[in-house]
Amino acid sequence: MHILDFEKPIAELEGKIEELRHLTDGGDVNIADEVGRLQAKVDKLLRSTYAKLTPWQKTLVARHPERPHALDYVRALIEDFTPLAGDRSFGEDRAIVGGLGRFRGASVMVIGNEKGSDTESRLKHNFGMAKPEGYRKARRLMEMAAHFGVPVLTLVDTAGAYPGVDAEARGQAEAIARSIETCLDIRVPMVSVIIGEGGSGGAIALAAANTVLMLEHAIYSVISPEGCASILWRTSDAAKDAAEALKLTAQDLHKLGVIDAVVPEPLGGAHRNPDLAIQTLSTALDSAFRELSGTDGGVLRARRREKFLDMGRAGLAA
Amino acid sequence: MNWLTNYVRPKLQALVRPKEVPENLWKKCPSCDHLIFHRDLEKTLNVCQHCGHHLRLPVQKRLEMLFDDGKYQRIELPKIADDPLKFRDQKRYADRLRDTRAKTGEHDAIAVAHGRMGGINVVVAAFNFEFQGGSMGMAVGEGIVAAAELAVLQDSPLIVIPASGGARMQEGILSLMQMARTTVAVDRVKEKRLPYVVLLTDPTTGGVSASFAMLGDIAIAEPGAVIGFAGARVIESTIREKLPEGFQRSEYLLDKGMVDMVVPRAELRATLIRVLSLLRNRSPAADLLALPLDIPDPVPEEGTV
Repeated sequence: MHILDFEKPIAELEGKIEELRHLTDGGDVNIADEVGRLQAKVDKLLRSTYAKLTPWQKTLVARHPERPHALDYVRALIEDFTPLAGDRSFGEDRAIVGGLGRFRGASVMVIGNEKGSDTESRLKHNFGMAKPEGYRKARRLMEMAAHFGVPVLTLVDTAGAYPGVDAEARGQAEAIARSIETCLDIRVPMVSVIIGEGGSGGAIALAAANTVLMLEHAIYSVISPEGCASILWRTSDAAKDAAEALKLTAQDLHKLGVIDAVVPEPLGGAHRNPDLAIQTLSTALDSAFRELSGTDGGVLRARRREKFLDMGRAGLAA
Repeated sequence: MNWLTNYVRPKLQALVRPKEVPENLWKKCPSCDHLIFHRDLEKTLNVCQHCGHHLRLPVQKRLEMLFDDGKYQRIELPKIADDPLKFRDQKRYADRLRDTRAKTGEHDAIAVAHGRMGGINVVVAAFNFEFQGGSMGMAVGEGIVAAAELAVLQDSPLIVIPASGGARMQEGILSLMQMARTTVAVDRVKEKRLPYVVLLTDPTTGGVSASFAMLGDIAIAEPGAVIGFAGARVIESTIREKLPEGFQRSEYLLDKGMVDMVVPRAELRATLIRVLSLLRNRSPAADLLALPLDIPDPVPEEGTV
């Protein structure tokens, strides 16, 4: 597993446990006791470390390469997943995956940023950084979902929209703006989950939803801590300070009223137990969709619009 | 020292020393480096008379140039809480805000006004680049919302004029949320079938470009304005190559199909009036309509009644 700097003391203990386990093959009881003792220590250390992660540490956890990504959730939670491709005007952007499937028996349109999990898939998905055709595909799928009365689920996990000449030439800004507009226009239930990194415009393009959930150690920000540091502190070394100042953790955003709920992660982060992380989200999603189901599409649309129209007004000013 | 040094030296110095130019009287064109006299700049609405470069126009001048007889009414915007995150970098955001307010005499980076253009009642929301780079935080979001609401209330078209580097980082996620917020606001104008026109000026980038600024029914850009999502430096460091000539300029966007037209400042007012009157299917005030001269009287075709 990829070990983050602050996880090193934990990893060392785990290494010891692993060593001892090899010795216990002989069935030595004392060693088994020692393993139990160390395991308790690991759990305690994990608990204390993860209970007070700094915003910068959370940024690292949110970007952990072994953290479950959009397609991991789709594979585990969505039956009959049928990927749909293309924006019908330029191309297929694999940084955004999408398609129809069933969540707990009911049809759903799933759209997500996919970062990839090894070199090959990371390149294929462009590290989760979408170009205009990606956002235009997202928009097409949202409109299709609305047309057929199918709820929309988005899984947000991106460092941001791709900054490149080709992306600009094809109207990155316009594509993002229209995607936000479509999120706010569809007359079906929409739930978004920030599962890892919610990077700026590239994230809000898929996240203007009725219900916005956020994983416990995910981050969501107007700019990356590094980007913010290099502009305001004039050095990217100040990323830790910027992470602190930006209030980008799930807990902060919940307090600010920008997200609706924080979904707990397994002890030590989603990357330590992806299956449990996925199952916990499944439960949270089920209740989120249940809450929205049965409400008229026009009402859902109006509520969604009111909610975002209010961001920055009375509720937040208080 | 002799009489020669005493006598000649001042003259030589006067020749060598750069002439002292009182500030504000002359401005250097950032494009062609020519010095332009301030009165000339005023006459040309801040357009360089040597190379045609469009310098940034202060927000008051912008409003004056658009409305009939330069007359308009500013709307007082609802005050919202400052510094929601208690943000601090090398300086406290609260202090930055206070300093900028003192320097500019403005409360935040947007001015909302209404008045007549070619006799048509219009609401204008114009960004003030001098206020923290025109960045969009909650107060700017509020300005767009208020402008949109006023347009709906008055049954008027809405013109938004961004001049903004993007979201205001010091307001963190709440500035990002303004992208969704302003999108809803301008959509309400569009839902009422009122014209929503965006006049893109230098610069229109980041979160501002990726929300209300790219959603106009009509998109007009001033010549040479930088318009785009990602900053040029970010792109350069990502792709590690030189950017193409004219990249992210108005003319480039026109070429890529992202704006309807690029209009020189001198023709902006007339163009906006024409566009608005065409969309609202009303004739502009008579003095603005140049009548074609040599039109022969219609001759009835044979067989018509």
